[in-house]
Amino acid sequence: MADTAVHPDATDAAADHGGHDESGHGAHHSSTGLSNNKLAMWLFLGSECLLFGGLISTYMLYRGRHSENLGPDQLWDIPFTSASSFVLLMSSLTMVLGVTAAHRGDLRNAKLWLVVTATLGSLFVAGQVYEFTTFYREGLGFTTSLFASSFYTLTGFHGVHVTVGIIMLLSLVAMLSRNRVPGDKGETVEMVGLYWHFVDIVWILIFTLVYLIPA
Amino acid sequence: MAIIERPSTDVATTGTAPVYVTTDTTYGVFRRPVQSEGWTSWLFTVDHKKLGIMYGVTAMVFFVIGGLEAMLIRAQLAGPDGTILSADRYNQMFTMHATTMVFLFVMPMAAAFANFMVPLQIGARDVAFPRINAFGFWCFLLGGIFLNTSWFLGGAADGGWFMYAPNSSVTFSPTNGIDFWLLGLLITGIASQTGAINLIVTALNMRAPGMTLMRMPIFTWMILVVQFLLLFAIPVITVALVLLMFQRGFDATFFSVEAGADPLLWQHLFWIFGHPEVYILVLPAFGIISEVLPVFSKKPLFGYPFVVFSGAAIGFVGWGVWAHHMFASGLGPVSVAVFSVATMAIAVPTGVKIINWTLTMWGGKLRFTTAMLFAVGLIIQFTVGGLSGVTHAVAPSDTQQTDTYYIVAHLHYVIFGGAVLGLFAGLYYWWPKIFGKVLNESWGKANFWGMIIGMNLTFGPMHIIGLQGQPRRMYVWTEARAGEGFFNLGFWNLVSTIGSVVLAFGILFFFINIWVSHRKGTQPAPLDPWDARSLEWLTSNPPKEHNFDRTPTVHALDEVFHRKYEDRGENGQHDYVRVATTEELLAEEEANADSHIHLPAPSYWPLVLAFSLPVMAYGVIYSTLLIVAGAGILALAMYGWAMEPSYADPSDYDPDPPSGGAELEVANRG
Repeated sequence: MADTAVHPDATDAAADHGGHDESGHGAHHSSTGLSNNKLAMWLFLGSECLLFGGLISTYMLYRGRHSENLGPDQLWDIPFTSASSFVLLMSSLTMVLGVTAAHRGDLRNAKLWLVVTATLGSLFVAGQVYEFTTFYREGLGFTTSLFASSFYTLTGFHGVHVTVGIIMLLSLVAMLSRNRVPGDKGETVEMVGLYWHFVDIVWILIFTLVYLIPA
Repeated sequence: MAIIERPSTDVATTGTAPVYVTTDTTYGVFRRPVQSEGWTSWLFTVDHKKLGIMYGVTAMVFFVIGGLEAMLIRAQLAGPDGTILSADRYNQMFTMHATTMVFLFVMPMAAAFANFMVPLQIGARDVAFPRINAFGFWCFLLGGIFLNTSWFLGGAADGGWFMYAPNSSVTFSPTNGIDFWLLGLLITGIASQTGAINLIVTALNMRAPGMTLMRMPIFTWMILVVQFLLLFAIPVITVALVLLMFQRGFDATFFSVEAGADPLLWQHLFWIFGHPEVYILVLPAFGIISEVLPVFSKKPLFGYPFVVFSGAAIGFVGWGVWAHHMFASGLGPVSVAVFSVATMAIAVPTGVKIINWTLTMWGGKLRFTTAMLFAVGLIIQFTVGGLSGVTHAVAPSDTQQTDTYYIVAHLHYVIFGGAVLGLFAGLYYWWPKIFGKVLNESWGKANFWGMIIGMNLTFGPMHIIGLQGQPRRMYVWTEARAGEGFFNLGFWNLVSTIGSVVLAFGILFFFINIWVSHRKGTQPAPLDPWDARSLEWLTSNPPKEHNFDRTPTVHALDEVFHRKYEDRGENGQHDYVRVATTEELLAEEEANADSHIHLPAPSYWPLVLAFSLPVMAYGVIYSTLLIVAGAGILALAMYGWAMEPSYADPSDYDPDPPSGGAELEVANRG
């Protein structure tokens, strides 16, 4: 069966080839109207809720199990963590700006905002490293108490998620610069954005449950 | 027939303006694989049908391994003071038997059918994410191999399949077995997780025109429910596995009672995963027999919406019953009462299904083929398991039964009598579709009766043994405490062991049957050997690489049946008259074939990415260097994957691509 030089339905073919999913059934084919990628990302984030749910439950169970002088009340530096939380929340704002720029087709600004988002995220992770170091110096090792283990595991998992997000952002910027993002660029940026917002929302929960509510 | 089309003009899009990608814009690192024949076509395939077969074959291998482990267990318990296995080996044996059967046989076997059938049943050409599909398979295979290498590296895991902590901490299990178990399950968990996302998106998003949710074949429906269960259950066990890994590897004390920990934490996390897991195992089988029973009864499934919604109800209520595994752990009367009632409630949707199946057969023109026998076998055997399940739901009686062989009897009736019989029904029913040969009926019946008699002889006596008080997981029993008369434990243990031999022969007959049915000279399967009803029968046997010549348009539940038969009845009476043969239907599809069929191209990256995981896992146990190496491969594979478009570049097909889009012809790979 020979293909013709000009695709009979050029726009259709374009959507198929550059399509944002892998199978050639682009968004215009999908039964729900959502693109495959977006639906998959939402499902993934749904399952991530259960992952953090498990870790948060573990922490809530063990938050009170520590020695007299090495509990949340002695360790938390609320002003500092509030500042780093603020930085992370602002990165959601810059992420939104990046996504809208990408959807407009303004890749230059999209890349700029993605770099800013990654920078803010890195500031947050740096703050977490500083915080962990301080706690460790004050005597809270990973195995010091059940409180310590569950705290480090929960916030560590979150920190790793943020770090993965930063790597995704920077890779995306590099791939956008070299025109190596296959498919709909706006949607690809949006996917990373969904992940990033999710990680931020989880932090709001962690910050509230772990830091703000008195032990 | 063109199967893989070269991306003709290579139009990539940025927004609305098409950008022409010239052939020197090569993505990725290597020229991608494009073979559709030979072993490399299997190794790098992203075709859901090939992956389905690979899932199935691998699962069968693990089924045999798990079966041999079970035979050793039964041999040990055949007589008093067994000496075949040491206490240590015995612990490893029952742990790995259960782990293998649950995670490496039943789940992947269901995944095999899901992969093969779901796209066919909804009229799609592949799953939503073919490369992720391949990645999932390789994670399962390599994770399973990784798990089993522990046998040769100091002994396998020995904590039982639910690996209760703190019994699974280093103090009580100093070998690396449990570490292998934890890491292996994390890797196979990735397979389930990615598979779940992939199949949900496929079933929700890739349905053919006209295929509304309530016209979806029931098997696809049950698979959809199962994938949601997996999606939310896998992360919970991931948390448990990670916590235990930190406890064993980094001296954390999440489950150490002496450090003030709550050992019930593990039980809760495990069973929040573990109970939905039970439905993950059995619902695919329910889906299969809901396809098989109508076909061999010549009636539509009785109360299709009820079967769909009761499946979904099981999916919801399945999350609220986990603590019935923990009645003996001292939860307190309120919790026990609540979970007891919830457990009884979940019997309702299951009962609804059984009634629907029975009424599907009621008044039908029954044909007792092997597939039908397995389906009927499931209804009966699963009901037996369900009834002993109700006795567990009653907390006081459960307290008496906990950790006895009665539990072992119950779980085998529901998992073997439910899931495994259903999977075998599916094997017989879909074999012609998958391999183009009908399995031999005589050997099939020997297979069926061997398994039914075998399972009842093996697991039936365990009810008696258990109520008499023989604990599960005890590696020997002594004559002195065996009791007398009808309730003599020794007698029933021997019966059970003999039963396991019968069962093994039953399964051997299946493998003989494969050989018999595929010998030279056996006829290829007819196009529609069972007079089937759903969309997967609207293509050749085995299906073409692109599944359907024309994307089918669906008008009804049981689409193929309604294309074959026309309702000529009057005044509310139905009278279905055959108006077309399946051959005619297929000829019509071929005559109106779609002119542009896009299939995703094979890829190296799923295999490479999956390969990095066991490398890192060995690293966690043995050497940091391996972790670094594995992480390097992981990073390479991820970037290679991300930069590879899902369609092959013309230059991938041959080194000197024709210049310009106009001359590119379709690669004829029929």
